[in-house]
Amino acid sequence: MTVETIAKVTLPPKGTVVLEARGITKRYGQVTALDRADLELKAGEVLAVVGDNGAGKSTLIKVLCGAVVPDEGQVLLEGHPVHFRSPLDARNLGIETVYQDLAVAPALDIATNLFLGRELRHKGPLGTWLRLLDKSRMRREAQHEMDQLKFHLPAIDSAVEKLSGGQRQGVAVARAAIFARRLVIMDEPTAALGVRESGQVLNLIRTIRDRGLPVILISHDMPHVFEVADRIQIMRLGRRAALTSPQKHTMSEVVAIMTGAARGDEAVEANGAA
Amino acid sequence: MMTPTLGPLVVLLVFCAVFSLATKTFFAAGNLSLVVQQSVIVGTLAIGQTMIILTAGIDLANGGIAVLGTIIAGRMVVEQQNPVLSLLFALIVCTSFGLTAGLLVSRLMLPPFIVTLGLLGIITAITRLTAQGGAFPVTDDLLSWPGNAFNVGDTSITYGMVVMFGLYVVVWYLLTQTAWGRHVYAIGNNREAARLVGIPVQARLLSVYTFAGLLYGIGAWLALGRIPNADPNALQNGNLDSITAVVIGGTSLFGGRGSLWGTLIGTLIVSVLRNGLTLTGIDPLWQDLVTGILVISAVALDQISRGKQR
Repeated sequence: MTVETIAKVTLPPKGTVVLEARGITKRYGQVTALDRADLELKAGEVLAVVGDNGAGKSTLIKVLCGAVVPDEGQVLLEGHPVHFRSPLDARNLGIETVYQDLAVAPALDIATNLFLGRELRHKGPLGTWLRLLDKSRMRREAQHEMDQLKFHLPAIDSAVEKLSGGQRQGVAVARAAIFARRLVIMDEPTAALGVRESGQVLNLIRTIRDRGLPVILISHDMPHVFEVADRIQIMRLGRRAALTSPQKHTMSEVVAIMTGAARGDEAVEANGAA
Repeated sequence: MMTPTLGPLVVLLVFCAVFSLATKTFFAAGNLSLVVQQSVIVGTLAIGQTMIILTAGIDLANGGIAVLGTIIAGRMVVEQQNPVLSLLFALIVCTSFGLTAGLLVSRLMLPPFIVTLGLLGIITAITRLTAQGGAFPVTDDLLSWPGNAFNVGDTSITYGMVVMFGLYVVVWYLLTQTAWGRHVYAIGNNREAARLVGIPVQARLLSVYTFAGLLYGIGAWLALGRIPNADPNALQNGNLDSITAVVIGGTSLFGGRGSLWGTLIGTLIVSVLRNGLTLTGIDPLWQDLVTGILVISAVALDQISRGKQR
């Protein structure tokens, strides 16, 4: 009865640092997008990264998923320094990214989309010589993974364009969850979605976290952040202004730090705790 | 793989039924064999055209490439070259023009329409320069082999028909049963998503155009089998006829949806129409009119069904 899972997940114990960025600096000509920015992601958590436009959150995320090479600073994955030259490097080390715009092929079915770019072939000469796809195994595993994620979709072989926006983004998130071995980065995954549809995706994020995969969530949407985040990193002027949590600060306080209306370095956090 | 080929199939069967009732000569083994023989060249060009349209591209040069292939092979054989080498050289030239189109489309990101329009001009000029104003009658057994026939019952089957059908099976397999085929569909459907999931988009596009070039070279061979005379003025409408077949077959010009069997059916529909209207004694001018209506209806259907998905 055991369906073979695609990614063998061996996750570190909860609380240990999975991904760490130290003193990341990135300049575009005269503009300093990141100015010695730090980030730590711990096992088993959803870390939200928030910030105003131009605060450096997208650049920081691009560094972490390999899309941008930083000028200075270090990225450590489970304590080992890594140098991503392309998103493929990050992916090969078990980091999957979900993009804001729905990165799916609408005319293709759900199972095909889940395995797009990582298709499974038949074992033996049929696969090696004739490159024959093992469609039934991909459908079976896709169904199994969707069940595991408790994400309910129509038949696994129906076209993605028949799904709602939330379900489509669910397919993109599920792809990442299935293949990620260390962490998932989500860049504004609910930005294009309605309220109910966002709820589906937020549930999925919680399920992924509960299965042990840590998640970095970039979002503008404070209610979403406060709904799923364990910790919140506030970016301002290219660096980390504060590290807090939904329990320590209210939404308006977080927004105040984001916009500079309140002081937001680690001292603020200490003051808040005291 | 995605779009049902049922619609085009029904159209084909309806036309066959109508012409069978309208004229006794249509539904005869000899005539049906002729219908298929007449569709072999466009049918083969349309395979490459289907692959390219699935990537959301278009190929205006395919007929031109095939004609150049016939002229090269024809002239080399007339000039006493080894027939095997002549055919091989023609295939290589056709494949390299596919490769050229692929490089321009994938590396320089130029629009396929413009790339293949430009190549069509260049290739037509090269063809005329190579032909030096003449045509080359082909007497060689190897070059005219696709025109040879064998009988199954009363029906005469040419080797060209067998080759075309074989190519359909091979490319159908590649498009629907391999990861390469899925990537082709995905690139045409959402190129950015294909790139983000790690599909090597440039390499896939290059392989599609190059493979299409090879198919056009084989199409050149089949053309020499059908009419054993390499004529620089032949197949002037190969590009548009193949696009017509693809579109009538239900493949979307926007890319990412469609099926290769639909293209074969689309080719046969056009061929049946021409043959049937001729046999019923209707003015041939009506052929193009009916074909035009079919093309517009097919595209309209595609547009409407895409609109529903939004």
